[in-house]
Amino acid sequence: MVGVTVTTEQAYDTVDMMLNMGPQHPATHGVFRMVLTVDGERVVDVTPHIGYLHRGSEKLAENESYGQVVTLFDRLDYVSNLNNELIFCRAAERLMGIEPPERGQYIRVILAELNRLASHLLFIGTYAIDLGAMTPIMYGFRERERIQNMFESVTGARMMHNFIRIGGVKEDVPPDFVPRVRALLDDVERGVQECDRLLTFNEVFLARTRGVGVIDLPTALSCGLTGPSLRASGLAYDVRKDYPYEVYPYLSYRVPVGENGDCWDRYYMRVLECYESLSMIRQCLDQMEEGPVMAQMRRIARPPKGEVYVHGENPRGDIGVFLVSDGTDKPYRVKVRPPSFCNLVSLRPMMRDAYIADAVAILGSLDIVLGEVDR
Amino acid sequence: MIGTFKGLLTTARWLLKRPVTAHYPEQHLPVQQRYMGFPALLMDDTADEPFCTGCMVCVRECPTQCMSAQMHDNPKFADGTSHRRKIINEFEINLNRCILCGICVDVCSFDAIEMSYEHELASYARTGSRADLTLLLDLGRRYVNMSGWTPANAEKNVAEVALAKRAAAAAAREAPAGDAATEETTEGGE
Ligand code: SF4
Ligand code: SF4
Repeated sequence: MVGVTVTTEQAYDTVDMMLNMGPQHPATHGVFRMVLTVDGERVVDVTPHIGYLHRGSEKLAENESYGQVVTLFDRLDYVSNLNNELIFCRAAERLMGIEPPERGQYIRVILAELNRLASHLLFIGTYAIDLGAMTPIMYGFRERERIQNMFESVTGARMMHNFIRIGGVKEDVPPDFVPRVRALLDDVERGVQECDRLLTFNEVFLARTRGVGVIDLPTALSCGLTGPSLRASGLAYDVRKDYPYEVYPYLSYRVPVGENGDCWDRYYMRVLECYESLSMIRQCLDQMEEGPVMAQMRRIARPPKGEVYVHGENPRGDIGVFLVSDGTDKPYRVKVRPPSFCNLVSLRPMMRDAYIADAVAILGSLDIVLGEVDR
Repeated sequence: MIGTFKGLLTTARWLLKRPVTAHYPEQHLPVQQRYMGFPALLMDDTADEPFCTGCMVCVRECPTQCMSAQMHDNPKFADGTSHRRKIINEFEINLNRCILCGICVDVCSFDAIEMSYEHELASYARTGSRADLTLLLDLGRRYVNMSGWTPANAEKNVAEVALAKRAAAAAAREAPAGDAATEETTEGGE
């Protein structure tokens, strides 16, 4: 002991502790790091660190032809690929002034809604596992697997489909599509009900999520929160309803709205949306008629000079694409407004004064996908 | 408490049913008709040569630049046993880089390339997944056997049919009178 004098005051001084969570943490659903400042068991502040999965998709898109960019969009939000493809194709179509034929639009909407179901089922499963419940992910994955199988028989791939094209879809659905989807929907509905019964009103689950990570509507809006997470705070903002696109105006459905803006509401919005998606797909199957699936256009898309911003409803929120064309066969600039990235902004107000143990519950309830956050 | 019982009840209901998972290496699930595995080249058996003329369109359109191709003059065109002026000489796909997007199939107008059902091509070496022409044609043959594939545009691309058509057109041109056979001859190559 060499002469270090420590006054009692310094020795017992309390400081906030920094706690690193991630990037390799099972609850971050990818590579995401949160630096938590904690005071005892309470979270004082949180700083999200992103960029571990940055692939430069937006820059890459400038060197690819319009058809090839679709493959990059597949890889943004990799659990709802078809929704992403749809948004880019809509942007390019808007620039070129073409409208896909009606059957093409119905097929797109059916696939997009199926993908929304798959994505929400994955969320239900992984959210339960974040909170320590092992079983629901088995049920969620089982149902998701059925949907993936369906995708495989329609698009040829389970995840990176490259099926929705500028001007329509790649090819018509197989002849037994309608009966197969109907059977699938019945199965999936049973599965969703099962997850719902298992989890939603379970006491432990309620105790972990009710009143946790509350965000009120004004804060949510100023943070740019969208999608089910915003609707949980009580605003019925849904791009499909408010700025209708494709064949959504022909379908009747409700937009579920929550009250408290806590984790449970955010979870429950997604469960309710599953039921809405199921009914939407059924309506689409009823309304769909024979016809072409691809608009008449040149094989190589070459939009005229101009720029366009198009947005749509992804499972995670409001996705937007800003596309600038200089008249060549490659986009001049592609900018994506990824819902997961914008939703992350609200992490700080949600987490302030929460317990460390709830940090995972709050992050999980936002349902981020890192491929989309980092692009 | 009630929630726990409800959960157990749901679980118990599944206890006696058959599991839905397949144990992968022992048990293979069948692939769907439209399944897109690795791309493979197809063989035109009527002329005993690949359909591919080495036009390089797919090489240019591939988003990951994982293919390379080289063509040469087709000796069988000189013999008159094929309608393809040019034929593929070397073709390589780096299957490690391929993202299975199917763009090469869409752009090929010679029915030469298809997404096969192949999906198990793991290898120990980094270069082990570079598929050359022989392997790609083998994969293509397997694919044809499994799926019963037929060329979509046989008139243009199958040597026998195209040659017969060309011969008929030539005969019609030589024949002096009447029936105006203005059918266009389609040409492979380029
Ligand atoms: S586009 Fe078809 S014919 Fe041309 S090089 Fe590719 S596979 Fe061969
Ligand atoms: S499937 Fe796509 S990535 Fe693979 S070789 Fe064809 S174009 Fe290239």
